[in-house]
Amino acid sequence: MKKDIILAGVGGQGILSIAACIGLAALEEGLHLKQAEVHGMSQRGGAVQSNLRLSSEEIASDLIPEGKADLIIAIEPMESLRYLPLLQENGWIISSINPYNNINNYPDIELVLKEIWKQPKYVTIDADGMAKDCGSIKAANMIVLGAAAPFLGLKPQSIENAVVKLFKSKGDAVVELNLAALKAGRDYALKNM
Amino acid sequence: MEKLLLLGDEAIAQAAIDAGMSGVYAYPGTPSTEIMEYVQASKEAKEKNIRSLWSANEKTAMETALGMSYAGKRALVCMKHVGLNVAADAFVNAAITGANGGLVVIAADDPSMHSSQNEQDSRFYGKFAFVPMLEPANQQEAYDMMYYAFDLSEKMQVPVLLRITTRLAHSRTGVARKPSKNQNELHLPGNLRQFVLLPSIARKQYRELLGKQSQLEAEAASSGFNTYMDAADKSLGIIACGLAYNYLVENFPGHKVPHPILKIGQYPVPLEMVNKLYSECDSVLVLEDGYPILEELLRGMLNKGKKVIGRLDGTLPRDGELNPNLVAIALNMPVEKGKNIPELVKNRPPKLCDGCSHSDAFLALNEAILEYGRGRVFSDIGCYTLSALEPLESINSCVDMGASITMAIGAADAGLVPAVAAIGDSTFTHSGITGLLDAVNNNSPITVLILDNSTTGMTGGQTSSAYGKVEDICRGVGVSEEHIHVIKPLRKFHDENIEIIRKELAYQGVSVIIPRRECIQTLNRKIRQKAKAKELEAKA
Repeated sequence: MKKDIILAGVGGQGILSIAACIGLAALEEGLHLKQAEVHGMSQRGGAVQSNLRLSSEEIASDLIPEGKADLIIAIEPMESLRYLPLLQENGWIISSINPYNNINNYPDIELVLKEIWKQPKYVTIDADGMAKDCGSIKAANMIVLGAAAPFLGLKPQSIENAVVKLFKSKGDAVVELNLAALKAGRDYALKNM
Repeated sequence: MEKLLLLGDEAIAQAAIDAGMSGVYAYPGTPSTEIMEYVQASKEAKEKNIRSLWSANEKTAMETALGMSYAGKRALVCMKHVGLNVAADAFVNAAITGANGGLVVIAADDPSMHSSQNEQDSRFYGKFAFVPMLEPANQQEAYDMMYYAFDLSEKMQVPVLLRITTRLAHSRTGVARKPSKNQNELHLPGNLRQFVLLPSIARKQYRELLGKQSQLEAEAASSGFNTYMDAADKSLGIIACGLAYNYLVENFPGHKVPHPILKIGQYPVPLEMVNKLYSECDSVLVLEDGYPILEELLRGMLNKGKKVIGRLDGTLPRDGELNPNLVAIALNMPVEKGKNIPELVKNRPPKLCDGCSHSDAFLALNEAILEYGRGRVFSDIGCYTLSALEPLESINSCVDMGASITMAIGAADAGLVPAVAAIGDSTFTHSGITGLLDAVNNNSPITVLILDNSTTGMTGGQTSSAYGKVEDICRGVGVSEEHIHVIKPLRKFHDENIEIIRKELAYQGVSVIIPRRECIQTLNRKIRQKAKAKELEAKA
């Protein structure tokens, strides 16, 4: 088993929570993992990404080689496209359709989505809308994680366990919200892949 | 024992705790910050009563750690690469005094300058100071090397430099721990003049340090952190330092490389191992995630020996961090190319947060300074450096910690009056106070904005040494009371703030204006914590 994943978003959007969930799930399954994060200056509202590598064998590089990533998971649609050079020919893009518009020259969102839809394999999802339906827009990142779940090569149960573990300290209500978001995202992806 | 999922920085912190550290001293700086933060958050460290406070700057941190080593206990000091420039005086001389309790210096380099103003390679400092160095290839090695470093320091009676890079510092993986050791007992150095670097003593100590070099090399040959892996294809031998080893083996199935490899993790590099590779192979590729230090030594100034390739001959880029693709290209291996980034994708540079106090301060400054024209605002290292970019475009320099005030003095001396310095509160106490003293002694016509957000913002909101002390420091240094102003950087005070800045710009002496409003990030964090505490209270 080997999965090379690029997580993409804007500083402050919560890609590290997604990374932490996948990491905990991988650990539970006894996999090797390496997760390179971005800290420091770029976190201030800039483009951020994390290289997450899972494997049943030992992993060497912290960075995913160009053209070798199995999937891109993005909380922001334009950011999903920034890492295309890392994605393999038939890799998956799992992206939210909700733009994070903090620059003055953000392109037309329709054109951004069309660009994603040109790729061979993708799931685009209204993460903000579905998170609101689940109870809070804050769970948008768990919607995206849910949508990516079928492609991770991990058992659904271990991902759920990871979500519980990660949010346990914030109380039952928060755990329930995030589990619901995870499920909603996964159901959507399974119907729309 | 169960493996812990740790960042490289955290692995180092845990290892230091396990290895019997008594204190850690540091100034925050990406990518080193999380080492101290991990110790501060560690219950174990608290139980063991390990000192873990931020220092005013890297030099004071280095000296404090040296003092702890003098007293016989194990001390760690952490900084980013450019922090070692600040600490260099203490660092280089600590090699001459030698260590008593184990003394380990972490320098976190930032090749590709993800969050820095240069990509200097701290291994030069290690060589310069004649101290042993460790350079881990992965997070487990980072743990193991840190655990070993205190022993090495005490055995050889010298400080040890542990060099890491951003990728290792900020990448997370499973790390296995070793048994926890007790801290050292307080014990003075055997020779009470060892730390007195009078020339007569320093000469003797320096000779001793030079005399230790062959032992240090022998230690590097036997510790297990330098390994020679033989292989059949001797048309090329590869020297891979630290993290570069991973980028090499990533390119081969099962990580089996057909060429002999010398994997370097400890310096001074054992000559015998290098000689074996050099003699047995037709050519040598040197992979270093930093400057081409070994490569340059190996090829020599005239480059008349065997073919040595790497960063100097263009086989690899001369600057920036390495990655698996660059190494594959160096080995003439085919590389995958993903698709190009579509043209519509726009840059998204970092920027000041919405609601940031710095934005309001600079908006006022921009307007107040208009009548004198642009190009006269010297600034410093911190979040506020982002005000160089659109939309503010307020500042004209960012060089090193504290340089804003001193550069303003020099520019004013040259006739650029008024000159303005804009410096953060934490940077001010790091290296700005002495510059302000110069300005007062010189009666320089400069206006200093000390942007006080009451934290060290850029690195994530660590305690600022300046907290609650800024005006007192300025008064103490000799800035006159009527030219010290505290303003509130908010839109509703915009006009009044402009007026104060304008008045002080016209003053022909040193003025200090302190725009004070808490960092929006730490403020929000506090509000969240308060809400959570209330919720818990309500439940109880």
